Amino acid sequence: MFVPGNNPAMMQDAFIYGPDSIMLDLEDSVAMAEKDAARLLVYNALRTVDYGDTEMVVRINPLSTPYGKKDVEAVVKAGVHVVRMPKTETAEEVHEVEREIERVEAELGCVGRTKIMAAIESALGVVNAYAIATASPRMMGIALGAEDYCANLKTQRSPEGMELLLARQTIVVAARAAGIDALDTVYSNLNDMETFRKEVELIKTLGFDGKSIINPRQIQVVNEVFAPTAKAIEKARAIIAAIKEAEARGSGVVSLNGKMVDRPVVIRAQRTIDLAIASGVISKEDVL
Amino acid sequence: MEIKTATAGTLESGDVMVQISPAEGEGLHIELESTVALQFGEQIRQVATEALTDFGLTNAHVRLVDKGALDCTIRARVTAAAVRATGKDVWKD
Repeated sequence: MFVPGNNPAMMQDAFIYGPDSIMLDLEDSVAMAEKDAARLLVYNALRTVDYGDTEMVVRINPLSTPYGKKDVEAVVKAGVHVVRMPKTETAEEVHEVEREIERVEAELGCVGRTKIMAAIESALGVVNAYAIATASPRMMGIALGAEDYCANLKTQRSPEGMELLLARQTIVVAARAAGIDALDTVYSNLNDMETFRKEVELIKTLGFDGKSIINPRQIQVVNEVFAPTAKAIEKARAIIAAIKEAEARGSGVVSLNGKMVDRPVVIRAQRTIDLAIASGVISKEDVL
Repeated sequence: MEIKTATAGTLESGDVMVQISPAEGEGLHIELESTVALQFGEQIRQVATEALTDFGLTNAHVRLVDKGALDCTIRARVTAAAVRATGKDVWKD
């Protein structure tokens, strides 16, 4: 969930709504004259506020601006989990951010702690998606930023999202090939929850791991769409139990209700369990 | 440390507006306006004083208009006002 980095009330309350991840923004939602103050606010909030298990991400300004390097220093020192790069177009840009992160981490004695997520928001970024996704072992995900992408493509967003199809599929394929997460863009019209739901259904079908949101009201819809059914969870549990039993016997394959259970089936079952936990349908304790 | 008058923060709920200006005498003079001054006034002053001392600013007049800010927000806004008042940043680049 995106939260403006210069709004203390929103920053301190965001985790109450239970998003999987909070992305404090130092880039587009912060006016030029407030970049210094927002950076200090984000730094102090990350160091002090108890966000529980929520993954904490900060969208920094590009390193090509006077703010980018200071943003990296502040958020790495504050112990952020993930640095989100905006408008990423090349692997070299990831390398530059990685070098800055490493420089700060080396001072702190915690090299390797901070992950990177890259937002792809242009045609060039889409063309280089796999190179970006594999640019660093710190890469944990790539995300589509649709507003800038559409502007770059000389088109505009439609309710059906046809203009985003190639970018979305390219990002999912690149992320899967790289073994990292694929995250979809925001949907900005809070008054049209029906179109929002359709968009979430579409991106789930395309293979995305999650959807960026701009308001707590959107969390429930994403969780409902991504949540597996009770039947699917039951089946997944049976598969995991069967394969564990098979592994205990030294076998990597087993038959369950007359069907072969092998590695791809187990991977899908584990994903079902993971999604059920992330959507709040079951708790971690339920699967232990 | 030479300073000019500078502000940081807003008057929105959960925030604090901080103004730092040159002190007339020695030390930190903190003027606080807050709806929770009775319960948290001392703590707010303490957080502001700590933030300024950590920054290295020991002579200044500081006016805080608090709208229920958390300690981390007070620290951030006071530091931001100090950066703007002195022109000295807390980051390396």
